[in-house]
Amino acid sequence: MNIHEYQAKAVFRKYGVAVPVGAVAFSVDEAVKVAEQFGGRAVVKAQIHAGGRGKAGGVKLAKSLDEVRQYATELLGKTLVTHQTGPEGKVVQRLLVESLTDIQKEYYVGVVIDRATGCVTMMASEEGGMEIEEVAAKSPEKIFRETVDPAVGLKAFQARKLAYAIHIPSDLIKQATQFMMALYKAFVDNDCSVAEINPLVVTKGGEVFALDAKLNFDSNALYRHKDILEMRDLAEEDAREIEASKYDLSYIALHGNIGCMVNGAGLAMATMDTIKYYGGEPANFLDVGGGATEEKVTEAFKIILSDNGVKGILVNIFGGIMKCDVIANGVVAAARQVGLTRPLVVRLEGTNVDLGKQILKESGLSIVPADSLAEAAQKIVELVK
Amino acid sequence: MSILVDKNTRVITQGISGKTGLFHTQQAIEYGTNMVAGVTPGKGGTTIEGVPVFNTVEDAVRETAANASVIYVPPAGAAEAIMEAADAGVELVICITEGIPVLDMVQVKRYLEGRKTRLIGPNCPGVITPNQCKIGIMPGYIHKPGHVGVVSRSGTLTYEAVYQLTTKGIGQTTAVGIGGDPVNGTNFVDVLRMFNEDPETEAVIMIGEIGGTAEEDAAAYVKEYMKKPVAGFIAGRSAPPGKRMGHAGAIISGGKGTAVEKVAAMEAAGIKVAPTPSEMGSTLVAMLEERGLLEKCRS
Repeated sequence: MNIHEYQAKAVFRKYGVAVPVGAVAFSVDEAVKVAEQFGGRAVVKAQIHAGGRGKAGGVKLAKSLDEVRQYATELLGKTLVTHQTGPEGKVVQRLLVESLTDIQKEYYVGVVIDRATGCVTMMASEEGGMEIEEVAAKSPEKIFRETVDPAVGLKAFQARKLAYAIHIPSDLIKQATQFMMALYKAFVDNDCSVAEINPLVVTKGGEVFALDAKLNFDSNALYRHKDILEMRDLAEEDAREIEASKYDLSYIALHGNIGCMVNGAGLAMATMDTIKYYGGEPANFLDVGGGATEEKVTEAFKIILSDNGVKGILVNIFGGIMKCDVIANGVVAAARQVGLTRPLVVRLEGTNVDLGKQILKESGLSIVPADSLAEAAQKIVELVK
Repeated sequence: MSILVDKNTRVITQGISGKTGLFHTQQAIEYGTNMVAGVTPGKGGTTIEGVPVFNTVEDAVRETAANASVIYVPPAGAAEAIMEAADAGVELVICITEGIPVLDMVQVKRYLEGRKTRLIGPNCPGVITPNQCKIGIMPGYIHKPGHVGVVSRSGTLTYEAVYQLTTKGIGQTTAVGIGGDPVNGTNFVDVLRMFNEDPETEAVIMIGEIGGTAEEDAAAYVKEYMKKPVAGFIAGRSAPPGKRMGHAGAIISGGKGTAVEKVAAMEAAGIKVAPTPSEMGSTLVAMLEERGLLEKCRS
C-alpha cells in the first residue's frame, strides 16, 4: 500500500526522522493558513501517489502568501501527468505546504528488503535528487549498501559507514547517523516494503532533513497496523481494484480489451502473455485464487464487465482441488446473472473436466469452449477483432 | 529415486484442525502419504482423521519420529510455526500459507541459519513425488511417476506443466513449488542441484516469473553445472512495471526482474524457453528427443 508524502512525513516525525515544518492542505485557504506560520516563504507540493511530480510542475516555490494562494489554486484539481501516472494522469486533491529549505547539498537514502540476502538493506548515495535506478545504471559505484542482520537490527556503525561513504559533512555525521537509525526503526516497526528519501538534504543552517519521503507498506502486514491502514487514500486507487479487494480477488487494471479470469497468479500472468502472443491485449490481471466459489466467480465477472473497454472475456481455470463442474456452474450462474452480451471463451482443465464442459454446453449460453490455453487465446483474440 | 520426499517420509500437519489443514490432510492420506501426526495447540491428545494430534511440534516429533512438516497455519502465526518446526529438528518444512508478512520471513530466514531444516515456500503448492508422497495442495491425480523434475514459483502453472507431461506419457520424479514470495526458504538453484544429483531425474522443467533475480541465478548454475536438459517458461512477459501481479514476489521494480532479461539469461545458459505456457511440455519433449532420452522418459 502507498501513502502520500505528507503522511510518510508524519510517520517519520513520530520516529524522530527529521522533516521540514509543514502541513497538509485540502483547500486554497488551508494552504495559505499553513504558509502563514512561516511568513509565506513556502514550497507547495501536489500530493499524488506517483513520483516525478517536480518535472510535471507539481512542486512550486512561493516567496509570498499571494504566491502560495496562486500556486494552490493552480494545483488543486489539476491533473498531473508524470512518468509514473500513465497518460491519464492523477488529479491533485491534497497539497503539502512546507517551509522553504536552504539546501546545501542533496543525497539519497533508501531502505528495501533485498531478496538475494533475505535481509533489510539500507542504501545511500551522494547523487541525491536523481532516480536511484538511473544512478544504479550509470554509476553503480556511487551506491553504498549495508545489509541489516535481523537479529540485531541496523547498528550505528553501519549508518556511520554510509554517512562517511556519501561524504556527509563531518560535523553532521552524528545527525545523519541518528537519522538513518530512526529511519530503520520506522521501516521495521511499520512493516514497510520500501522507504525512500530522495533527496535527503543538508541545509546551510547545518541540519539534516528528509526533503521528500516515500513509504510503501507490505499489504500482508497491514492487519497489524490499523493506523497505517487508515491512511489509505481510495481516490488514488483504481475503483475496480478496490471492489476486487473486497472479495479477496487479485485484480489489476490494464489497457487492453480482453478481460481475463484465471486461478493462480502465475497462470493468470501466463494467460495474459498468451493473449498478447496471439496479437491481443489483456484488459486486466485477475486471479480468483485456489478456492474460487460461485460467488467469487460472479463478482469477478461483474468487475471485468464494468470495464467498458472489455470486448470479450477469457476464462482459464485449471481445476485441481476445485473441480471443473463446480467452476462451470459458477461461470454459467455468473453469466446468467450479469447478462452475457460479449464473447466468452472458457478453457477448463483438470478434475471432472468432461462434466464441466457438458454443463457449459447445455447452459444454452453462447460460451465458446477451448481445450488448451493457446486455443482459447487464439479464439478470443479472433472474436474481439 | 526422487528428491526431498518419498514413501518413507513421515509427515505432520501444523494447523491440522483448521479447514484447509484438515481438508488437505485427508487428501494426502487418500493419496498414500505417510501422515503420522498433527499439531494444534490445545488439541493435544485428540485424533483427527485417525491421526494423533499434539500440542507442540516437539511432542509430535518425539512420539512419531516425523521428519517433515506441512504448515497450513494462518499468516499471522505461520512464521512462528516454521520456527517451531525447525526448533523441533524437523528436516523438511513445507509452508503452504499465503500472505505472511515479508519481515516475518526475514526473521525466519535468519532463524534457520545453522539449523538442519530445509524450508520450502511459503506461499507454495508443496512437493510431490508421484505415487509415494504428496505434501501440499496440488491435485495428486495429474501426476505420474517418471524421470522429469519440475520446479516452479507458481502453483497452477506447475499443474499445467505436469498435466502436459503426463498426457504426453512423461512422468515426474518430483515436482517442487518453491513459492511466489520475495523471501523464501528454497530457491531454484537449490532444487536444480538436487535434480542434477538425483540419478532418476533425466531432465527438468523450470517455471519462473517476473521479479527478483532467482531465474538469472538459476541460469548461471545451469550453464556451469547442469548435466541434464532443462526446459523453462517465464510468466509475466506482458506485465507492466511497478504492479504487483498477485504474488508478492512478482513485481518488476526499477526496471529489474523483467521477463525479457530472464528469458535471455536462460537461453544463454542452454535452457529452451517455451514461448507460451501451452508449449512447456512440447518444448521439453523436443529436447528429450534431441538427446535420445524420450524413450526412457516415456517408460
